[in-house]
Amino acid sequence: MTSPGLHLSGAPFLRKENKGLAEPRGPRALCESAERSSKQNRQVCLSVPYWEQWREEAHAVKRFSILNLDKLLVEFERNATARGAVVLWAKDAEEANRHVLDIVERHRVKTVVKSKSMVTEEMELNHVLAAVGVRALETDLGEYLVQLAGQRPTHIVTPALHLSAEDVGRLFAEKLQEPYTSEHEKLTDIARRHLREEYLRADMGISGANCALADTGSICIVENEGNAGLSISAPPVHVAVMGIEKVIPSIRYLPLFLNLLARSGTGQKLTTYTHIVHGATPGRTFYIIILDNGRSDILRDPASRSSLYCIRCGACLNTCPVYRRTGGWAYGWVYPGPIGAIITPHLVGMKDAGKLPFASSLCGACGEVCPVKIDIPHQLVHLRHKAVNCPSPVRSPLERLIWTAWSWAMEGPLRYRLAMSTVRLGVRLAKFLPWHPAQLGAWTRGRELPEVPAYTFRAWWRRRGQEFAGDNGKSGIATSSPKKEEVSA
Amino acid sequence: MIHLKNGLPDGKYPTYSRGEKAALFIPCYIDQFFPQIAEAVAAILKKLGIPVVFPEGQTCCGQPAFNSGYWEEAARVVRHFCDVFRPYQYIVCPSGSCTAMCRVFFEQVDPDDRIVSVGRRVFELSEFLVNIVGVADLGARFPHKVTMHSGCHGRRELGILDQPLTLLQNVKDLVYCELPNIEECCGFGGTFSVKMPGTSIAMGETKAANILQSGADVVTSLDISCLMHVGGILRRNPQMRHIRPMHIAEILVQR
Ligand code: SF4
Repeated sequence: MTSPGLHLSGAPFLRKENKGLAEPRGPRALCESAERSSKQNRQVCLSVPYWEQWREEAHAVKRFSILNLDKLLVEFERNATARGAVVLWAKDAEEANRHVLDIVERHRVKTVVKSKSMVTEEMELNHVLAAVGVRALETDLGEYLVQLAGQRPTHIVTPALHLSAEDVGRLFAEKLQEPYTSEHEKLTDIARRHLREEYLRADMGISGANCALADTGSICIVENEGNAGLSISAPPVHVAVMGIEKVIPSIRYLPLFLNLLARSGTGQKLTTYTHIVHGATPGRTFYIIILDNGRSDILRDPASRSSLYCIRCGACLNTCPVYRRTGGWAYGWVYPGPIGAIITPHLVGMKDAGKLPFASSLCGACGEVCPVKIDIPHQLVHLRHKAVNCPSPVRSPLERLIWTAWSWAMEGPLRYRLAMSTVRLGVRLAKFLPWHPAQLGAWTRGRELPEVPAYTFRAWWRRRGQEFAGDNGKSGIATSSPKKEEVSA
Repeated sequence: MIHLKNGLPDGKYPTYSRGEKAALFIPCYIDQFFPQIAEAVAAILKKLGIPVVFPEGQTCCGQPAFNSGYWEEAARVVRHFCDVFRPYQYIVCPSGSCTAMCRVFFEQVDPDDRIVSVGRRVFELSEFLVNIVGVADLGARFPHKVTMHSGCHGRRELGILDQPLTLLQNVKDLVYCELPNIEECCGFGGTFSVKMPGTSIAMGETKAANILQSGADVVTSLDISCLMHVGGILRRNPQMRHIRPMHIAEILVQR
């Protein structure tokens, strides 16, 4: 993979020396805020009587867009170019970074203001710029805090979800020498004061794109703070970086996505600001970088394809009981939570991210809330199947052997009985063991084992089954077992 | 594949006619650790005059291997399952999770119609009673405060939630206690419970706290696997130890 500073190998779920999944405990603030937003946003969503129709419709539009990416992207490029934008293509993060560096050089850029963009996180753009002496300042409040703290975002919509107001107060006191406060308004004021001057000083603004509209050649950016608007309009140069999956056929569908995104993302009917950038304004230069970075690999896998429909609303993160408890860094890359668990393995490869699809109880909460109806839980299982069959940290000959033995044992009733007697004996004896190994220990760490009854149901049925056959039949026992030969027991 | 709410291709349940047999599919952990649940299921069906058979060749639905990514291994077990149950029109299972495996996921393991069609004849107990046989009142009496944990697979893959609630409502003298955050996962998740025990237990503790808050002294569910996990936590905690986990079938046979 080409991403320069891939921080995957240090991530708790992914650490190589960790045989199982390591489980960090995320900060309480994150758990509580995620739960709160999840509940509030869900209410806002479900108060729309035709919410389910919207989801269906959005799914269909996205499906069409992804299946016609080749044509739509070219159409988008043509229309955007006609409006004076310069469209650049990038196969991977490295190429995208090279484009940015070229632009930096061409326009003699010294300072950059950035509005929130996950795709530039994929590129580790801030580091790349820093390496050539260009200062890139995040202007989204959450991103600003995370950058100031020298951390990484824990959430794709609310990057500083893990920081409480007290944390922020301490951060400002330490890094900006401001008097400590934990009042939200005062904190916002401090950030605003420090950021304001930067917009006017910056030589270039960098943004992402929430949507690219093929028929008008424009991009759409939504936000709540006004920082994106300033970042893309104050400096003389604007660079928008977008993934190839952002394009939709027409501006006609935009309202649908704005409705879905605001409600699922932040529980708003509409975000405070919606910018539609129709090409370059006179005297300013506007670049659009269209990045693949592994997305066409997803496109190649029909069972994973719908993960490209994602509009990055973050609803699946907020609702996910695992994300809430582990926090975003656990997932090791740019995209945490359920969506991260299904796209990261494609974008950075199974070898690095093969454990991610296992970081789920498969409860399906994510699939239920996703505004574009991505079947996340099913994709998690699909990727687990892939992960155990290709070079990845979860491929294990021993585990394979265990499952092969298991399936052999489950292929006939006698073998089953033999295997099960062993399990019953094990559970009975476990009580007397002073120490529980591996998986057993993992269970009893916080839970009691079930009591083992004196008999099994099938033994009981052999004695009593007749009573249940009803008045039409002779015996309730159906002995027609399959043709397979029984070799055991 | 269009994924319909109850996992059936047209979304419609078949209608049961008198005298048709029900074949019991008893998941392995019930067979081995909770035989009284299966006995209760048989008793409920008998009371309704439904002839019950228990195909003795049965073992497992293949879910553990499937969810762990070992689809080839799961497929062998699924084929065995289908060989055993192919003769039956109604396959009744006292677990939402195993039913979801059969009805929704067999297709992914092996899209052969001979497999998929068997999977689609598997019904979870409460939906079999309410949607197929058409009974809501089983004449049970259970004078206790009861709350219900709704297993994720049953609810999200098969759309089962109202059926068990209806059945419980009709139990005489039962006081139903609302469970806060009923939609949240208990953290069991099969092998997840031992692969990520820390998170699994943390989720279970939240569930246990909600159960305590409901004020119930019995917690029921369609899935004893979830209750085995949550119950294991309840039993560890002196303030929660009095709360008894019971499968819904065990309540529905009480007189
Ligand atoms: S997968 Fe769905 S719910 Fe999750 S961020 Fe993307 S659009 Fe939102």
